[in-house]
Amino acid sequence: MRKKALLLALAAVLVMCGAGFAFDAVPADKLKPGFVYIGPVGDGGWTFMHDKGREEMEKAFPGVKSSFVESVPEGPDSLRVMETFIRNGSKVIFATSFGYMDFVQEAAKKHPDVMFLHCSGYKRADNVGTYFGRMYQARYLSGLVAGKMTKKNVIGYVAAHPIPEVIRMINAFTIGVKKVNPKAEVRVVWLFSWFDPGKEKEATKALIDSGADLIAMHADTGAAPQAAEEAGVYVIGYNNDMSKFAPTKHLTAPIWDWGMFYKHYIGEMTKGTWKAGDIWWGLKEGVVGLAPFGKDVPEDAKKLVETEKARIVSGSWDVFAGPVKDQKGVEKIPQGKTATDAEMLSMNWFVEGVKGDIPK
Amino acid sequence: MRIGSRPSSGFLSWTIEKRLDAPRRLQFAIPAFSLVAALVTGAVFLALMGVSPFEAYSAMFRAAFGDGYGISETLVKAIPLSMAAIAVMLCFTMLVYNIGAEGQIFMGAIASAAVVRYFPVDNAPAMLLTMAAAAGIAGGVWAAMAGYLRARWNVNEIISTLMLNYIAIHLMDYFVYGPWRDPASLGFPMTAPFPDAARLPLLFGTRIHMGLFAAVFLAILFLVLIRYTRWGYEIRVLGENPKAAGFAGINYVRNVILVMFISGAIAGIAGMCEVSGLQGRLQHGFSAGYGFTAIIVAWLSRLNPIAILFVSVLIGALLVGGETLQIVMRLPLSSTLILQGLILFFVLGGEIFRTYRIRFRREDA
Repeated sequence: MRKKALLLALAAVLVMCGAGFAFDAVPADKLKPGFVYIGPVGDGGWTFMHDKGREEMEKAFPGVKSSFVESVPEGPDSLRVMETFIRNGSKVIFATSFGYMDFVQEAAKKHPDVMFLHCSGYKRADNVGTYFGRMYQARYLSGLVAGKMTKKNVIGYVAAHPIPEVIRMINAFTIGVKKVNPKAEVRVVWLFSWFDPGKEKEATKALIDSGADLIAMHADTGAAPQAAEEAGVYVIGYNNDMSKFAPTKHLTAPIWDWGMFYKHYIGEMTKGTWKAGDIWWGLKEGVVGLAPFGKDVPEDAKKLVETEKARIVSGSWDVFAGPVKDQKGVEKIPQGKTATDAEMLSMNWFVEGVKGDIPK
Repeated sequence: MRIGSRPSSGFLSWTIEKRLDAPRRLQFAIPAFSLVAALVTGAVFLALMGVSPFEAYSAMFRAAFGDGYGISETLVKAIPLSMAAIAVMLCFTMLVYNIGAEGQIFMGAIASAAVVRYFPVDNAPAMLLTMAAAAGIAGGVWAAMAGYLRARWNVNEIISTLMLNYIAIHLMDYFVYGPWRDPASLGFPMTAPFPDAARLPLLFGTRIHMGLFAAVFLAILFLVLIRYTRWGYEIRVLGENPKAAGFAGINYVRNVILVMFISGAIAGIAGMCEVSGLQGRLQHGFSAGYGFTAIIVAWLSRLNPIAILFVSVLIGALLVGGETLQIVMRLPLSSTLILQGLILFFVLGGEIFRTYRIRFRREDA
């Protein structure tokens, strides 16, 4: 027993000399993962999918008992929520929205023995890892479908916040649209909110009134698909299969499988191999994908999606491969180059074909 | 005065009638009874959800008051609530309905961030005082605009202050997405972190900041001002009988603008405290709707500044305890909201018994 402990300690020291160190294994029943959610679990989108992932993880690890707090604002309250989890025995915290970033750092500094995972952020520490998915790849595929389906060549895009995550996805979507339909344009309306069903609906109506015959969206709820269905306009959902919000008009949706992350992390933590790092999985790993196609999507579009997906999965091509021009026609990514992860993470410009402004 | 009655089906009938006097003993008995009634109703509801009401309540209580940390976090929530409630209380006292405290909080936060950005000094007291002054002026002017419109052209201040909320919130978005965005934030919408000199000192290793003293000081100050000064008397008369106030030569125009300015200034300083004490930078989502909850706090406190302090602590405890309900009892957020709603419903609803009473009558015929 002693020897084993000594060996473990030695191994730990060795690992520590490397990049970061692995945390000791925590028995499943002691982990008590705490999930901090930005919206209600019933939002039918972002938080709903995280919670689905949490449930999947619990099923895969029967000893693990997790809990969550809903609708936590991205402000000082989030720190107390994390603190309360820890005071109730949580050894790992999943913070599932960008705005928790500073508070995750603050909590992590105070509790070096607790593991933190922050979704979509960029600040890490010895006990803070970050995770996100290459959703832009699935966005691109959905753009191919949109380009095929628009008749008026005007696509409306209801978008949450003008931040790189959302901008990157608008760009990827537009690249997909332009590939099959160079004449189409993508009109963007900002919500300045992740969760605001009323605003999401209004923005959708406004885009349709301005001539859009297809709606894509980046918000946490199914309000935009609902509004599109009411107006009889095709819609591409987000987060999960939103066809129940738009039974006849839903074409597809770029969707998340957060359960993959949560199973992966809890597996590592129970084995004692978890190290703080950054994971950015994509189509290849299956963290992002497309929801089943609606009945109106033609066969050739489906086939195109399959071939393009294969190209991305194989690694031979990615969405932001040059030449890519910005709205003004200036070449941002030259021929033969592909945007790096760092460039994608701070993307703050629109590609050619997007109609809209990024507040500066 | 008879308000309503039910005809007797058998031999007992009842009527609601106005009390001739409001007995002092009811002052505390009614809210206390209402609270108990709310908790009992909540217990039935919790039991229906399949959890033990006793366990749930004690978990909430322990989270909010059980130890130093709980108490400190409850106070952290109570500080902005009580400051904003004092702000709106002052307006409500003269029947001016400032429901724009949220926007005034935002204006205060924006102004204090502007000071940090454009006039940073290394001396903490100087820095913080300038920030507070800027926040007070910004919040005050924001509210006084609505006050001026009310005084001059009789523009409904409920509408104007409500609208100004949204303008203030969008104004903050403009700054954090635009000119004040931290270049080091990879394009994410927030200002650069404040330097240490611009951070309100925290007390006893908790997150309680100096705003606590400001809240208590303001409560006492306005209790004295409203009850014991000529100006306070003027405001009360304006609230209770504007016509009589006019005959007595009390200046309505001046007082509306002044009261709105002071109210907005207090809310603005509350915003500065939140940003400087807790957030450390200007970022979306720092307020959590304090300006709106403050309206409820002010009414629950019957516009009494000292009561505001206690009611803020109670509401803060409900918020803090509610999170624990989600974590420990695994109840959804909506069950917490229902509990909070029940308490507000019963306590506000119970108010009717202060001015009215039910009379039971035995009918022999």
